[in-house]
Amino acid sequence: MAAKGGRLAAFRAGIQPNIKELKFMFTRVRKNPLSLLGLSIIAFYVVIALIAPVLCPPSGIDPYKIPRDRYYPTPQPPSDRHPFGTAEGQFDIYYGTVWGTRTAFRIGIWVTFASLAIGLVIGLISGYYGGVIDEVMMRFTDIIFAFPGLILAMALVTAFGVGLDNVLLALVLVGWPSYTRLIRGEILRVKEEDYVEAAKAVGCSDLRVMVRHILPNTIYPILIMASLDIGAIVLSAAALSFLGLGAPVGYADWGQMISYSQNWIFAGTNNPWQYWYTFIIPGLFIFTFVLGWNLLGDALRDILDPTLRRR
Amino acid sequence: MGLRAYIIRRTLLIIPTLLGVTLLTFAVTQFFSPDQRAALFVRSDKQLEKMDLIIEAYHLNDPAYIQYFTWLKEVFTGNLGYSATAKSTVVNAILMRVPATAELVMFSIPITVLLGIYLGVKSAVHRDTVIDHITRSMSIIGWSLPSFWLGIILLSVFYVQLGLFPPERLGTRAESFIMSGQFIRYTNLNTIDGLLNGQLWITWDALQHIVLPSIVLVTIQIALIVRVMRSSMLEALSKGYITAARAKGLSKNEVINKHARRNALIPVITLSGLLAAGMLNGVVITETIFNINGIGRFGARAALSLDIPATLGFAFFSGLLFITANFLVDLLYAYTDPRIRLG
Repeated sequence: MAAKGGRLAAFRAGIQPNIKELKFMFTRVRKNPLSLLGLSIIAFYVVIALIAPVLCPPSGIDPYKIPRDRYYPTPQPPSDRHPFGTAEGQFDIYYGTVWGTRTAFRIGIWVTFASLAIGLVIGLISGYYGGVIDEVMMRFTDIIFAFPGLILAMALVTAFGVGLDNVLLALVLVGWPSYTRLIRGEILRVKEEDYVEAAKAVGCSDLRVMVRHILPNTIYPILIMASLDIGAIVLSAAALSFLGLGAPVGYADWGQMISYSQNWIFAGTNNPWQYWYTFIIPGLFIFTFVLGWNLLGDALRDILDPTLRRR
Repeated sequence: MGLRAYIIRRTLLIIPTLLGVTLLTFAVTQFFSPDQRAALFVRSDKQLEKMDLIIEAYHLNDPAYIQYFTWLKEVFTGNLGYSATAKSTVVNAILMRVPATAELVMFSIPITVLLGIYLGVKSAVHRDTVIDHITRSMSIIGWSLPSFWLGIILLSVFYVQLGLFPPERLGTRAESFIMSGQFIRYTNLNTIDGLLNGQLWITWDALQHIVLPSIVLVTIQIALIVRVMRSSMLEALSKGYITAARAKGLSKNEVINKHARRNALIPVITLSGLLAAGMLNGVVITETIFNINGIGRFGARAALSLDIPATLGFAFFSGLLFITANFLVDLLYAYTDPRIRLG
């Protein structure tokens, strides 16, 4: 019992610096108004995504299918039945934007998580072992970096077939090299540090050195990049959907909702703002969602970057 | 080792990257059936009826590595296939549309870079003041805006509401004048051709059409430059040689412009490569919104109508452009920073 208590105490003492660091981070986040704004925006969208079935109960089997009110082509302005109006083809904009929040989270988090996971594995191996593996992997990332991202994603989507899942896949294939490069660079930076040498000297396995000693010291730049990336990915996916390469017709997706408005920008001959709700509303959703992540990522960068923060 | 050795080494490095780009492009073609892929080898519309012969002649049913070499041979002879949507070969279709895109980018890149550097320096010099906060907020907002949404809003406000800055490249009067025999198209860049022909109104007309798409491209790209310029300027300002320059009594402007900014510019140069990629991504959207017949809209339409040779040709072509841009950026970098070429 005493030994167990002793171990617990040792563990507690061991993680004290980490807890202190975490507390320091939270105070910095709390004192930074922009990061708070970013966090509130994200929290707002998390709530919307969670209570989407309450806000607009799905009528069919697939909740992501936007219900249509008859099949009249011209968009209809906001009314009691349709708080945000209806888009071309009578797709309910309120329903589409609310459920589109879930789509946006799914795209942003899945693509970031998958790219990060691939980047973590390849970057760790590449940076830690170096040599031929590293060389091959880096040439691989070079090839992907040789293309402008959105254009490569576009070509990949045509190859895989148009659809949201294939957009996700294409964005992961385009996205993982950035993480790989970042993680590899970070590992090269800390690999020669004394504490890594010490860990190796006391006989830690490669895996343990990587996961326990190297990774925790490289995590902040990765977190910053991931936060900024979620915004960028949602923008790319929205652009692909806008071009017609993403979600199928009638799927709750912000980018696609804006593409429905394309035919109506010049349609209001006397009043250009006649169909404003068809693009302003879904656009505001994309913009604020991305802004939230970017504000958070930007603030995190200032807060977590050890070379800048304690000034 | 001098600059020349560096240039040679850097040029040689292009070869594996180019090979990689062809490999990846080829890998994407393998997702399509031989029937679909056959269009990659067509050189004129007359061949379209004899697809079976093409599948036979170019080994489209053979193992992938044989296909790769036959395809590579085609690419090296300058054939990227036949685009059904453009009704011409992909190479011709792209080359025909390059001037429209080039003209747009020609205005957008310098504005982005110069304005970005200016704002970044201002932001750093006035750190944590109102100027700094405004600049940073604006750039983060611009960076979060969906480009297509911004384009639609600008069109609604300026074109539909105010009748200014129309979409496409030229107005109808200018368009027909350009097509008439009185106008010589030296460069196919309307703004420059207008000057060369002494027809200033053509240049004026073309400029008006460039304003909105340029605003979109600059808005979404500038944050990158502002951010890096700001942080690199902050770093430069904290260096010992700045304190030394101040201590010997140089004026504030002299310290900022001559000593700090020049050193702070180096990271921005490396960034220009990313800017080139951002611009290429950006023109796909802006040209689609503003109905400009450039390579971006061509690529987007090709992808949408599953015109495989055109889509892949466009991706391949943008890869080449991007590699070239990065190459030039690296040369510029080596030229400005002796540590690179000597290291």
